[in-house]
Amino acid sequence: MNIVTREGAVTVSGPAVPARRRRLATRIWSERWAYVFLLPTLLLFGLYTVWPIISSLFYSMLDWNGLGAERSFVGLANYREALADPLFWKSLGITLVIIAVTVPVRVGLGLLVALVLNNPRLPLAKLFRTALFVPVVTTTAIIGVVMGFIFDPAGGPVNQLLLDLGIVDQPVDFLGDPGSSLWTVMGVHMWKWLGITLVYWLAALQTIPATVYEAARTDGAGGWASLRYVTLPMLKPFLLIIVLLTAIETMQIFDLVLTMTNGGPYFSTLTSEVYIYQQAFASSTPRLGYGAALGVLFGLVTLAFTAIQAIGIRYANRARSTS
Amino acid sequence: MRAAVNRRRLGIWAQVIVLAVICLVWVYPLLWIVSASLKDSLGVFSGGLGLIPESTHFENYARAWEDAHFGLYTVNSVVVTVGTVVLVVLRCALAGYVIARRDFIGKRAVVAVLVATLFAPHGLTIIPVVELSDLMGLLNSRTGIILALAGSGHVAAVLLYAGYFRRIPRELEEAAVMDGAGFLRTFFRVMLPLAGPVTATVSVMTFLAAWNNFFLPLVFTFSRPDLRPLSVGMLAFRGTNSTDWSGLAAAGTISLIPLLLVFLVLQRYFVEGVAGAVKS
Repeated sequence: MNIVTREGAVTVSGPAVPARRRRLATRIWSERWAYVFLLPTLLLFGLYTVWPIISSLFYSMLDWNGLGAERSFVGLANYREALADPLFWKSLGITLVIIAVTVPVRVGLGLLVALVLNNPRLPLAKLFRTALFVPVVTTTAIIGVVMGFIFDPAGGPVNQLLLDLGIVDQPVDFLGDPGSSLWTVMGVHMWKWLGITLVYWLAALQTIPATVYEAARTDGAGGWASLRYVTLPMLKPFLLIIVLLTAIETMQIFDLVLTMTNGGPYFSTLTSEVYIYQQAFASSTPRLGYGAALGVLFGLVTLAFTAIQAIGIRYANRARSTS
Repeated sequence: MRAAVNRRRLGIWAQVIVLAVICLVWVYPLLWIVSASLKDSLGVFSGGLGLIPESTHFENYARAWEDAHFGLYTVNSVVVTVGTVVLVVLRCALAGYVIARRDFIGKRAVVAVLVATLFAPHGLTIIPVVELSDLMGLLNSRTGIILALAGSGHVAAVLLYAGYFRRIPRELEEAAVMDGAGFLRTFFRVMLPLAGPVTATVSVMTFLAAWNNFFLPLVFTFSRPDLRPLSVGMLAFRGTNSTDWSGLAAAGTISLIPLLLVFLVLQRYFVEGVAGAVKS
């Protein structure tokens, strides 16, 4: 194999090895600034993202009761325990129920509102968008605490309204009753995050050029026909992306649940991340090894979702480029 | 013909009314928090959903600010947020620039690792992050919180910068080099200023994420209540003072007002940042 060195001389394979090595060194040296620029990201991202993912696998095989405490290697015992732990499965189930209920509502309602707001003749459209987006920027943990007393059975404003209107004769313990707690949390979650899904849809709508609508109108299509035959088909590739973006955001629901119910009552709102937190940090004998094992299992579920997303987006892109 | 126009106009106004009702429901809880922060404890209970307090009680704010330490928590939130935003903008701009412009060995591996770790949930990374910070002596410090917040994730910011720098014509850099500017000077004097719009979007999104973050500072400040940011302080306030509803509402208002002001002024960048997830 011949290699052209920088001087332009041709060397044969024998002495080429040191020359190639020198060339590699030269290439690295000539791009030294690139590595300097990358250094902060490599260092920080390596320490706080890559290392935690790798070391979790090791930690998940430890019996480890708190920072600085003794730890012993127990092999796969934590995983065996997790797979037989009814609360692990319950927390995963609750997380999936939250996704199954809130994602379709957010995506459907978000699309409906986006279609209405996208009408250029609609007055105050910008103001409406702002109002619906405001809860998105608020601090979730603060909202969770405040919602605790908005839904309080002893004097909370929602119960007062229901009592005054005669809808109920007894205050409803929205967050203290395992029958209603999950629904209340899901309701607040949808209120909080609808604005994000709305903005996703508005962004998708902006990809449709105005000329397409004009063409539909000259062809005699009315409002409904152009919605049915132009807008919705052109939004179809975005549906999958928006559903999966919303679902993956929802998987990690933590702040709202911890501040509203702390996973209770009777584990009725225990989501995966709350359960991991409780095992690793919030119990009287913290179990960091077991928490890490739960984290790895939960990470695998999230990875599966992400893989579906990647495949879905590729499929959608292909559909968009052929249409 | 006129009937059709009238009908369409009627339809539009029906939509406006329905939307107005929905939007009122949407902002109502926030308005109610502000109003409850001005009532006395009795007024919060008896007032129901009413927004107008019978008399205004600004001492709720004094109580939240002083006795419940929300003054301190505000300082912590500001320090952590500013530190995180500066660090994230700097490290993501630097990385995005060389990924877009330089052809160095190992580039594909770096990009592959960045993208591959996008899925990692907090539940997976939090334990090692806490252990590592403890070993480095950073667990009970604001620096530790800043480093952890700025270090993890923000892949989207790197890719946003890379995408933007890729579209800037190379002639601009070449002209700078001809003028005798080195690598550093070219970046800081020419390229980074050109990326202003990306810096604005990244700053605003990072601001939001850092100010609202809860899981990480919660775990980092277990043994140092004086380092809590507002989000963690609110939970602690309820834990110690669950009956002081008007104080709690004042504390909530203190925490949310700066955020909402920033949002209303810089709304465009929030919306662009969110919309970017779909467009890319």
